[in-house]
Amino acid sequence: MSLLKRDPQAPPAWRGDLPVSSRYTFGLAGERFFRALKDEGVIYGSHCPRCEVTYVPARIFCERCMAELDDWRDVGTRGEVHTFTLLFADLNGGLMDEPELVAFVRIEDGGLVHRLGEVDPEEVYIGMPVEAVLKPKEEREGSITDLAYFKPI
Amino acid sequence: MGMRKVAVVGAGMTKFVRRAQETGKELAWQASRMALGSCELTLDDIEAICLGTAPDSFDGVHMKAEYLSDGAGGWGKPFMRSYVGGGTGVFAPIQGWYHVASGLFDVVLVVCEEKMSSYHPHAQGAFLTIFDHTTERALKPNLLWIFALEMNRYMQTYGISKEDIARVAVKNKRNAADHPCALLGDPDITIQDVLNSEVLAWPVNRLDVSPVSDGAVALVLAAEHVAKRVTDKPVWIQGVGWSLDTAYWANRDLAYPRYVEYAARMAYEMAGIKEPRKEIHIVEPYDPFDYKELHHLEGLLLADRGQAPRLTADGVTARDGDMPVCPSGGLLGVGNPIAAAGLMKVAELFWQLRGEASARQVPGQPKRGLAQAWGDLMQVGTVVILGINP
Amino acid sequence: MTEKITQFPGTPLREADFEGGKILFRHDRMKAEYAWDTGIAIGRYLAALKEGYLLGGYCATCRKTVIPPRTVCEWCFRPMEAFVPLEDTGTVNTYSLCYVTWDVKRIKEPEIPAVIEIDGASPLHGILHKLGEVEQEAVHVGMRVQAVWKPAEEREGAITDILYFKPIEGGAK
Repeated sequence: MSLLKRDPQAPPAWRGDLPVSSRYTFGLAGERFFRALKDEGVIYGSHCPRCEVTYVPARIFCERCMAELDDWRDVGTRGEVHTFTLLFADLNGGLMDEPELVAFVRIEDGGLVHRLGEVDPEEVYIGMPVEAVLKPKEEREGSITDLAYFKPI
Repeated sequence: MGMRKVAVVGAGMTKFVRRAQETGKELAWQASRMALGSCELTLDDIEAICLGTAPDSFDGVHMKAEYLSDGAGGWGKPFMRSYVGGGTGVFAPIQGWYHVASGLFDVVLVVCEEKMSSYHPHAQGAFLTIFDHTTERALKPNLLWIFALEMNRYMQTYGISKEDIARVAVKNKRNAADHPCALLGDPDITIQDVLNSEVLAWPVNRLDVSPVSDGAVALVLAAEHVAKRVTDKPVWIQGVGWSLDTAYWANRDLAYPRYVEYAARMAYEMAGIKEPRKEIHIVEPYDPFDYKELHHLEGLLLADRGQAPRLTADGVTARDGDMPVCPSGGLLGVGNPIAAAGLMKVAELFWQLRGEASARQVPGQPKRGLAQAWGDLMQVGTVVILGINP
Repeated sequence: MTEKITQFPGTPLREADFEGGKILFRHDRMKAEYAWDTGIAIGRYLAALKEGYLLGGYCATCRKTVIPPRTVCEWCFRPMEAFVPLEDTGTVNTYSLCYVTWDVKRIKEPEIPAVIEIDGASPLHGILHKLGEVEQEAVHVGMRVQAVWKPAEEREGAITDILYFKPIEGGAK
């Protein structure tokens, strides 16, 4: 058999996986941001006075000038749909039964990627004002899912 | 060779801890900010960023370096990532060096970061992928195997005892007691403590190993005309070298790291060094395991093969000896965030050569130091030589 | 350390902080499953293991026999001359007694991984495998060993078709 020919008896593929399981801390900023979301139902942004930018979610440093940010502000629960999509494909390349409406909601100079709810996909438009709907306090755990979805105002 | 001179003008680092609350971005920012502050530069002065950090599977984060680039000031700037396992800490500054030496940039920020603690329950599992997926992983290997196998061969080939090797762990952990960021510093540790610690994979005992940790380090590199303006004590990069050996690690002589020799020769040639044992005043070789310091000293041609233990026993490699090795405390003493550990050694040389290493200061006004790191499947050797003269 | 700096950043946590609810955290699992192409050379290596022998590769320019086989010699970058069947005996180049599994669980009886230089390959050319049927005290560098195979009907074309290597003469004691 020539050196570059496959042996027909050879198994063509070897199967395996990458066993990666992680436990993430939320960081100095994340700890504060998510505790506020959980305990107070407040979305925090942080403001850099030099660059005149308010980051949402709040961070401890400004990525433009490296300054430490200690001006944390309640940025409210309202925002505007900056862009959106109706998602049909699932993670394995197949199609979902019910499509999901996902949007990037602009809040100050940042925003959150989340689901839209209580709205017909036909009615969503870029620039649409929306408001966060939080889960009841006892169901919140300090996670982005403490926000159930955004709905039109 | 037509390349410009490059100096290290600032450095910063976080503590090396077992598990940090900060995210990788925040660790990178803490180190970067300190490095900029140490030479009174701002992010506006930085023209490019070189960042070294492990790839995705360590953290379960996609494109990890780019993910934490904002913590390294990478916003809106030319950015490059490098990773060669543990060799990264000395590889990233080499990458930063050629950014400046080529004339393309005048001021570059080099950052290395690692957050091993996200891997759950233990970061050891992340290294399963170091073994070949088809021919080796089915044996359910443990990362310790590779080190234990190499250590055993090294001991056997030259008749080196575990005491000889444990002496290195003692030296480094005691040195690290003077390092404010150290995780494992211990001023009272003895050889007996090391030999009595639990056997993980004979001949490796628990205290022979540096456990993986979280941390970040950053350096500021500058071209000559900027360096002279920014500081009166720039530390010049006099030589760099790097080399890769075959991935078929079982097809090599495990008793001698020839990839370290190739990298060292490249660096010595560039720095014009003919007698390294006389011309290098401080050595920071990579020491994730105690025997590796000895193994690497031989690969760096600073000791004859099999003779490095002799230097340790004779006190030559103590902080006040003729050739201090790991005055920082090394990985054994300070900790082991994979990509950042090597850069910690370069930062140590920076502080030592400026006389700023406080309680760790090597006496006698050292003029030249060498940092070396190693990684991948025992493949990569990376070397940087720093000195007070351009 | 630049005597001006006294405080270094970094906030260490303890395991207890996670249990006490002091720290917010999130678990996640990466879903990454692979079907790696065995390729030409390793495909042949696995086919040979299924048949019950070890396969190497020979480079005529370097006059080296390597294992596992590859299609190109990494030293001179020329195509290998041929794939060559090797013996299933060898010499222990190095070994370890490992009391910890890959996922950091302690075990009482150590596993004995080893690099075994295979007879027929060039010196210092070996493979990673395990030793078995041997007392810990008897293992030594230079020990002569022999592969112990799974019965033919259980072999599937994998490195584990060899269960382990055992000493050649004198057996376990």
